[in-house]
Order: sequence, then C-alpha cells, then structure tokens
Amino acid sequence: MQPTDIGNPDYFHKVVDCQWACPAHTPVPEYIRLIADRRYTEAWAVNWRSNVFPGILGRTCDRPCEPACRRGRVEKEPVAICRLKRVAADNKGDISPYLFPVPVEKNGKRIALVGAGPASLTVARDLMPLGYHCVLFDGDTKGGGMMRTQIPRFRLPESITDEEVDLILDMGVEAHLGEHVGSLKALLSQGWDAVFIGCGAPRGRDLDIPGRKEAAANIHIGIDWLSSVSFGHIDKIGRRVVVLGGGNTAMDCCRSSRRLGGEEVSVVVRSGFEEMKASPWEKEDAMHEDIPILNWLVPKEFTRERGRLTGVMFEKVKAEYDARGRRNLVPTGEPDVHIACDDCLIAVGQENAFPWIERDIGIEFDRWDMPKVNPKTMQSTVSNVFFGGDAAFGPKNIIWAVAHGHDAAISIDKLCNGEDVNDRPPPGVTLVSQKMGIHEWSYDNDISNDQRYKVPWRDTLVTLKDIKVEVELGFDEKQAYLEAQRCLNCDVQTVFTGQLCIECDACVDICPMDCITFTDDGAEEELRGRLMAPALNPEQDLYVGDSLKTGRIMVKDEDVCLHCGLCAERCPTGAWDMRKFLLDLTLAGSACRSR
Amino acid sequence: MTYIAKPRLHHPKLPTNALGFTRRDYEGAVSTLCAGCGHDSISAAIIQACYELSLPPHRIGKLSGIGCSSKTPTYFLGKSHGFNSVHGRMPSVLTGANLANRDLVYLGVSGDGDSASIGLGQFAHCLRRAVNMVYIVENNGVYGLTKGQFSATADKGSKARRGAVNTDAPIDLVALALQLGASFVARSFSGDKVQLVPLIKAAIEHKGAAFIDVISPCVAFNNNPESTKSFDYVRAHNETVNRLDVILGRDEITADYAPGTLETVVQHDGSILRLRKLAADYDPCDRISALTYLQQRHAAGEIVTGLLFVEPEAGDMHDLLDTVDAPLNGLGERDLCPGSAALARYNAAHR
Repeated sequence: MQPTDIGNPDYFHKVVDCQWACPAHTPVPEYIRLIADRRYTEAWAVNWRSNVFPGILGRTCDRPCEPACRRGRVEKEPVAICRLKRVAADNKGDISPYLFPVPVEKNGKRIALVGAGPASLTVARDLMPLGYHCVLFDGDTKGGGMMRTQIPRFRLPESITDEEVDLILDMGVEAHLGEHVGSLKALLSQGWDAVFIGCGAPRGRDLDIPGRKEAAANIHIGIDWLSSVSFGHIDKIGRRVVVLGGGNTAMDCCRSSRRLGGEEVSVVVRSGFEEMKASPWEKEDAMHEDIPILNWLVPKEFTRERGRLTGVMFEKVKAEYDARGRRNLVPTGEPDVHIACDDCLIAVGQENAFPWIERDIGIEFDRWDMPKVNPKTMQSTVSNVFFGGDAAFGPKNIIWAVAHGHDAAISIDKLCNGEDVNDRPPPGVTLVSQKMGIHEWSYDNDISNDQRYKVPWRDTLVTLKDIKVEVELGFDEKQAYLEAQRCLNCDVQTVFTGQLCIECDACVDICPMDCITFTDDGAEEELRGRLMAPALNPEQDLYVGDSLKTGRIMVKDEDVCLHCGLCAERCPTGAWDMRKFLLDLTLAGSACRSR
Repeated sequence: MTYIAKPRLHHPKLPTNALGFTRRDYEGAVSTLCAGCGHDSISAAIIQACYELSLPPHRIGKLSGIGCSSKTPTYFLGKSHGFNSVHGRMPSVLTGANLANRDLVYLGVSGDGDSASIGLGQFAHCLRRAVNMVYIVENNGVYGLTKGQFSATADKGSKARRGAVNTDAPIDLVALALQLGASFVARSFSGDKVQLVPLIKAAIEHKGAAFIDVISPCVAFNNNPESTKSFDYVRAHNETVNRLDVILGRDEITADYAPGTLETVVQHDGSILRLRKLAADYDPCDRISALTYLQQRHAAGEIVTGLLFVEPEAGDMHDLLDTVDAPLNGLGERDLCPGSAALARYNAAHR
C-alpha cells in the first residue's frame, strides 16, 4: 500500500467522524472539550461560526454527527453531541467579543435574499461582515422560516428562535418581512448584484383518496397546520386525532395535537417502524406521550357521516421485495381497519413549489421541476441567482440549509469580486502536538466508561397542558461534564513518523483496541484480513506508515481508535505523537479569494 | 510508565478462547517500566500464549526475583497467583511451590542480573532438578534499575550508551541450561512475537524444566548501535534455526512443507510441535551438537534463536523423587501426618 498522505486535509478530517458527517463540518470535539472546561461562551462561538444556530440546532438538529460518532462503534451509544451543543447555548455568557464586526461603510454590492429561513440567514450572516447590503424578503411577519413555523414551541421555545434570528437581523440586514415575492422576473429587474433563493419546500403533499373533499373541514395538511398553530391561528383540535405519515413532521403533528385537546392521538404509517423517516429519538418522544405508532396500514378512505369526518379506513399491507430489491407494499388480505377520529392531519411529505419563478428568465428546471443547481457553488443557470436549503434540492434539514448558505455566500462573494465561483477555497487546517510533558497531554486522555446520559424531561402532566412549555430540560452542568467526557477526542490524531520508530512493539502491546500492526506490505484488501484485529469496516481508512528499518509497514486501523494516546505515551522515541487536527471551513471573505 | 490505566474498552470483535475469556482478561496492571522496554513485549507474549492455550488464570503461579524483569508479573495475568521473592531466589521458591502443589502451571520470570549474577547458583540447581516450569530470563545485558551497568550476560566488547566497553567474558545462560540438563531450551527476541509466543506455549506444555532466554533490549541504557543487545544488532545478527509454526493436539496436519524442511516432535502429553527448519542440519533433539553449534555461531558473532533443544519424553522432579501424585493441599490429615508408628517404621528402614 502507498503510505498515507496526512498532508491531505481530508485524511484526518475523515477520522473526526462527527465533523466529517456534519454538513457544516462543525469542529465537534473542539467545542465538547470547551464545554467540559466550562468555557461555554467559547464553545458557543465555535458553533456559531460553523453552524450559525447553536441554540436552535442544539434542540432540533437531525444530528447526522451522532450515527457517525466513533463512540457508537466502541460501545452502545454515541456521544449526545446535539444536546451538548444546547448546553453551550444555554450557559453562554457575553458573546459580544465573538460576533463578527460589520463595517459601517458598505462595499456597494446589493444582495436580495428570498425567504427568511436558515439558508438565507446564513448567507446574510456571512456577507454582512464583508460590507454587503443584504435585503431579506419573507411572506411571514417574523424571520426564521420553518424553524419558527414548523417546529413546535415545546421543542424549540420562541425566545431561542428570536435570539438567534435577531443576532443576524441586527447586523443591519434590511428585512422586508410580510412581503411576499411574487415574481422573480420583477425582483431581478431591480438590478441586484446577486439573488439568493432560500424559500424552502413550502407545500405539504396531499392525499387524494375518497372523502378528502367532503370531509375537508377536519382534514389538515400537516405543515400548514403546524404553521397556523405556531402563529396562534389554531389553538385546539378534536379529542380523537389520526396523523398520517411517518416523518418528523408527523411526530410534531401528533405531539402538538396532544397539547391542543387531542386525547386519543395515533400515528399511522404505511411502512414498518424501522423504515420510518422520523428520527428514532422523535419516535421515542412521541411514544413517551402515549401516542401509539401503527405500522403497515395504507389509508384507503376518509369515512364520514353527513359530510363530517368520522375516521379513516386502512388496508393492511406487508412488504415484498422484487428481484432488484425494491420494496412493494402488497395487501395481506386481512380485513380493513377503521380508526375513528374527529380530525386528521396529513404529514406524508413536502414538495417544492416555484410558481413565482417565470420559466423564461433563464433559470432551467429539471424533469422533477426542480431548479438546476450546482451542488458545490449553489449557482443556478443564471449566474447571479443562487439557491440553498430545501429550495435547492428538496426537503432536507436545518444543518444542510446552513451548509448551503455558507457555500452560496462564498460564491456570491467571489462573483462580486470578479472571480470564478467554481474555484473553491481550501479549508483552514492546523495540526499541533498536544504533548505537555512525558505523560501529560493538553487533553483529557483517560477514557470514560460512562454510558450515554439521558436528557431530563419535564413531567408530561405539565408539558401536555401547555404547547409552549419545553419538554426537554437540557443537561445541567454536571451531566454535561460527564457526557462531554464520553467524547473520544477523535480530532487529537495519532501521527506516526516511521524514521523515528525502532519497532519495539510498545504501541502494539498497549493499544486497548488492537488498532496497530507492524507487518509485511500487501494489497489493502488482503492486508485488512491479517491485522491484529481484522479491519472489517471499509469506510474507515488504514493509516500506513513506512520508512521502517525492517522494511515492514506500520498499519493502523482508524475504525475503533480511542485516541487515548497510550501508543504515544509508551513510544520511547516519539515516533507516535498526538496532534490536534483543527479544520475550520473557510467562510466567505478575503481568505477564500484567490487575489 | 503511564499515569492512566489502560481503558477497559476493547475491540468489539475481540475473540474469546475455549474458556470464554478474551486476551484482555489475561492482562495485569499497566506497566510502570520505561516506555519501549522489551520486557513489556514479553509480558504481552505471555498473555497471548496463556490466552491461546485457554489456561484458567487461577491455575497459574508466576514467580520472580528482583529487577526490572521481576517487576513484570504485575503487568500480566492479574488473576493468577504471584510471588515476588528475594533477589536471585525465585528458583528456590518456585521449587518449593511446585513440590507443594504440582498441579499449577509455574512461570518463573527473571532477568540477567537476577539469574546470571546473584542467583546463578539457584538458576543452576533448579534446572538440574528438572522442576516442571517455564523459566524465562528477560535478558538485556544491563542493570536497568541501577542505571545501566553491564550485567554478567553482556558480551565482551559490547559498548554502553556513553561509550564504556565491557571487558568481562559473558555468561551464556542457554549454554548453561543445556549443560545443566534442562529438557527444553530456547532463545528468542522480544521484538519478534511471531517466534516468541509459540515458544512460550510449547514450553508451558512441556513437562520438565523449560528455559527460554529472551533478548530484551533496554531502551533506556543499552539500545545504542554498538551494543550487542540492541534492537538493531539483534535484528542484524539473528540466526534462527527453526520456526515453531504450530502446536497441535489431535488436529490433522494440513499445510504442505517441502521434504526435509519439517521437524515433528511429539511431547509426552501427545502434543505435536512442528518445526520449520531454517538451518538445514540443525537437530533440536541433540544436546551435544546443539552446544557445539551454539558456540560456533557465537564465535562468529551471531545470535542463535529458535527451539534449540527439546527432550520430548523428559520427566520432572516429581518423577525423580517419586512423590505422591496429588498436590499436598489435596491430601487429608491422615496422609500428611501418618503418626508415630509410621515414623518409627521409616526410621527403622534407615538403620
């Protein structure tokens, strides 16, 4: 095998599984160490720089980092990364030194932002400090987009949304709230230097089955209903509620229903429990509130009596897989199931809708009627029009919207400076030894044996009475410390220098996870089978070091390394060193320009 | 040494042996020796060997004397019996323990100071008596605990880290062991576990006095290139006579070997040692030619390693003394104290 090129930023970045998995590449272990050190404000600042909404995401993120977390591969559960982020936001002090200063004198470039959700706000946050004049348009009267309208208050208190949205608007963004953009052609004619479209995926999918029209008064589209609840237009629902759909919107709908008068609320899903789109923890939260989740039921008809909804009729199905492995739902032949209800919420998906974009202005759409957008630059087929968030590639989540926002901001800045938007800036990378003494490291390398801590919940007797009462209490400082100690510090990298190695085997003997092998060279596939412990996870790299006197190679399987640093502690020659790899994505600005 | 204990977490796919133990279950406390010490590799090899043999940890006794090497029993087999004796007196204590309870597996762990200087007499007599044990000398040629003076096994002309030259003739413990009648004699290198682990396993299975001299570089005081006990020197001058590839019980031999390259030794318990010959004419069952070969190669500056001698049908001290089959702790009071009539009969037999 070729020796590993650790100069390539991607190599060590991949080892930091959480950061690699995060669309915004937040340096997770870095802020978790700050939390353990009770430096909450700095931890918040690390988050704010990369993901812009620490308080919101600390409660609502889809947390792609957690399934990726190495801790989940060495014991039962990953570190509670998301909820630790909330700890930083909850306990932060004076953040003013960490905010980005906004110049009084502007650079003369005007940017229009359509939609006031996380994508547009991220673009504004990145461009305002550079002197751009950002103008934000949204049909709603308050900023925040779906973060405000579709996430119920019991998961995300409005004060948190206000705080983090205002932090950006207060940078001097010219916000035209309550001002719906009805025509992109008209907007473009106003001569903007760039236009960013982050209007989300605002249309909830409907269910065209018998009875839908007749019983319409008691059948609601999930995201519209959540939005009306959010703005206080709706404050009650029937005693018996059926929620159709298995995603996170369905979970928000059923839990909101429980708080607005729904006593018998059930979620009915076409697929099996495991295949549901909702995050496991959201399903758990719903079930904790006595909401049954019923699977393998396909809605057939809304039953009604004298025009009023009486329930939903379902057909029982099972999954069958064809030769190509595709799933088909086929009826089991058992009798249909009727679930009586007073109201029904449809949460079976969201769609994009661009009726306000004229099709003759150069913006090309694909065969799914989605705009053609470059996934790296977020640029559309009109050079100064950019897309991001759900508007770009369909419904995803907040953290993806933030990542799109950063990328679009870089493109806009490059465009306005006459540069090629396809020329992307490399990330900022540092790799610094953490050695403080013979057996001392600047990080806590003693591995905690604790299992994942549960975030305490407020009693359902309280939470089910008021839709504005937050369910999760968040970790207290002690729990946060203990949970933070579960982090394996995967960013503190094991760095090997073959020229210094005397092949004494000390690292092999001490490694608790059998990661290190000194052996004869070979092809990767064959090599993986004959290591101290076979390296069976092909998604994790082998770190190969050469220059050994015996002509053998050093192979380290990165998969389950605890980053405990014992290899480096036991190394007599310093051939192993623990070095902190800090990767910060370059934000829009002079650092990312080529001139 | 390190300040933190080795984490409890282990590889999720860590295999278990016939007893359901993982290799980690055979570990001891974290080592306090210098980083990179060869002795730690030997501890790891002992752990691996005991794990692979599925030995119940509570049926092993590990005994040592004084010195860096003699500290190591703390760092392996944490669930086994241990005895840290007076300097150089481990062989006597081990002999006594073996007499009292012949059913345990005995590991005597010693160093070149403990066995070749202060304890040379003890070393000699315990091998003469054919005590059933594995006697491992962790041989680095220096007194590490007193900052690196030459020991009795240092080669003449070997240079210390600061340039001092050893002028005394060395004691070759392997040659001594052969002369003194040890029935299993091997030499290995701490930097080659592929060789060392099967040798320890075979030695444990051997009935009789098994001796393994393991060259174990002292990283702190004796790993300079001019030292004959350094990693570089041993690697450059290692002349391996054979490789102990597998130790078989009743399993069939399946691998193919070129004719004449394989030596098969059947031990008393039926276990089969399969040796891949590297030195074509070397016969590991011939004590006299082994001694000659050893001295010829030593004169040429080479270090001979491998299984150097084995007497497959050897007996042990209990056979020679015709002792009772059961360990003493398994005997009742009547057997242990047969009374004055029995004593009188015994005394009469000697008049």
